[in-house]
Amino acid sequence: MKKTLTTPLKVEDLKDLKAGDDVYITGYIYTARDAAHKRLVELLEQGKELPIDVEGAIIYYVGPTPPKEGEPIGSAGPTTSYRMDSYAPQLLDQGLLGMIGKGKRGQEVKDKIVEKGAVYFAAIGGAAALIKKTIKSAEVIAYEDLGAEAIRKIYVEDFPVTVINDAHGNDLYESGRKEYLEWLKEN
Amino acid sequence: MKQIDAGLITKEVKRLVMEANYFLPDDVMEALKKAKEEEKWELAEATLDKIIENAEIAKNDVAPMCQDTGMAIVFVEMGQDVRIVNGYIEDAINQGVREGYEEGLLRKSVVGDPLNRVNTKDNTPAVINYSIVPGDKLKITVAPKGFGSENMSRLKMLKPAEGLEGVKDFVLETVELAGPNPCPPIVIGVGIGGSFDRAALLAKKSLMRSFDDYNNNPFYADLEKELLELVNELGIGPQGFGGKTTALRVFIEYYPTHIAGLPVAVNIQCHATRHKEVVL
Repeated sequence: MKKTLTTPLKVEDLKDLKAGDDVYITGYIYTARDAAHKRLVELLEQGKELPIDVEGAIIYYVGPTPPKEGEPIGSAGPTTSYRMDSYAPQLLDQGLLGMIGKGKRGQEVKDKIVEKGAVYFAAIGGAAALIKKTIKSAEVIAYEDLGAEAIRKIYVEDFPVTVINDAHGNDLYESGRKEYLEWLKEN
Repeated sequence: MKQIDAGLITKEVKRLVMEANYFLPDDVMEALKKAKEEEKWELAEATLDKIIENAEIAKNDVAPMCQDTGMAIVFVEMGQDVRIVNGYIEDAINQGVREGYEEGLLRKSVVGDPLNRVNTKDNTPAVINYSIVPGDKLKITVAPKGFGSENMSRLKMLKPAEGLEGVKDFVLETVELAGPNPCPPIVIGVGIGGSFDRAALLAKKSLMRSFDDYNNNPFYADLEKELLELVNELGIGPQGFGGKTTALRVFIEYYPTHIAGLPVAVNIQCHATRHKEVVL
């Protein structure tokens, strides 16, 4: 089922999302991957303020290629999410409601998603040229020294994602495969 | 003795890293389209469609198909009658990588030290594998390797008694553990035999073959086909959303080994199976 979401998110926006739903996101979202997550969580551990407002926000795990002249961003597909698993629960505790990446999450992240009513989406891994077309602006807002890994605030229009882990504890990586194999047996 | 100028090597490597990142090889594209036709599960078919569309956009826009433009893996087959002049071959290759990643707007994804992790900012050094072959040609293959898939690769020293079944089980277990992470549909390179290091190299090298190029030994060619069928019974599917097409191709390379050993390496490659070669 196709659904749309606009950022910033509220918990009510997410309660009807189900693993397997196609969702199109519009609004500002943040980009961050390994090195930026490490810095964000170090700040939290020191009791310091974050350089981004994560309340109701979505973080997209991506390190884009350099943009062509006149374009906001280069190719920008998702990176593998499990590397952010040790940091994600602390950001969810700060009010983060959405994450976009690809691949399986750890149990601690999945439990935190349910506890907070958040959601984990996958974008299509390797579909970086396709996804780029939905990114209308991009601005580095923290950790410029990290290059591709810097935190960017990007504006997306109808950014295509699929719900993997919903707020009710469903996981498309388990259910999608199970349903396919059951269907195969019957057909 | 044939002389090849180091500057020509730089120029060709620069071209190859750029083209490899923009243009998916025709055989991979054909395999994706064939898989889409055979995929009866709706979400899987739609997902393959987007992957195909992405490769077409990358080609038309001359843009990287994936933001992970990889670490540059380079295979050099140097004829023993070739002499490189006006520079050191390794410097020439790295200069080509440096220029190609900069001019081609490719992401610089290499850190100079695995523990202190400072980006080298030009994607060098490349991982270069050399072999000396008969003749007076120089063949250079460039394969930008993304680490979403590289991280899902595994190697195991099996007992000889585990034999063929042990190899099959290890390949299937590796694909199972990888699940959605390496951006399926994947391409699987399997190296069997040799030593610890040789098995890994064979697995990587097998990924340089074209899809219609099966192992010369019929036993291993059949095993390539059988393993592909077994992998595609797992149900992981495109992107791990469920479906038939978990893998597009399995390649196997083997080498004689020790009486006490059965090394097996599985190198996982994502659907962006990028490689380009030139013969000088």
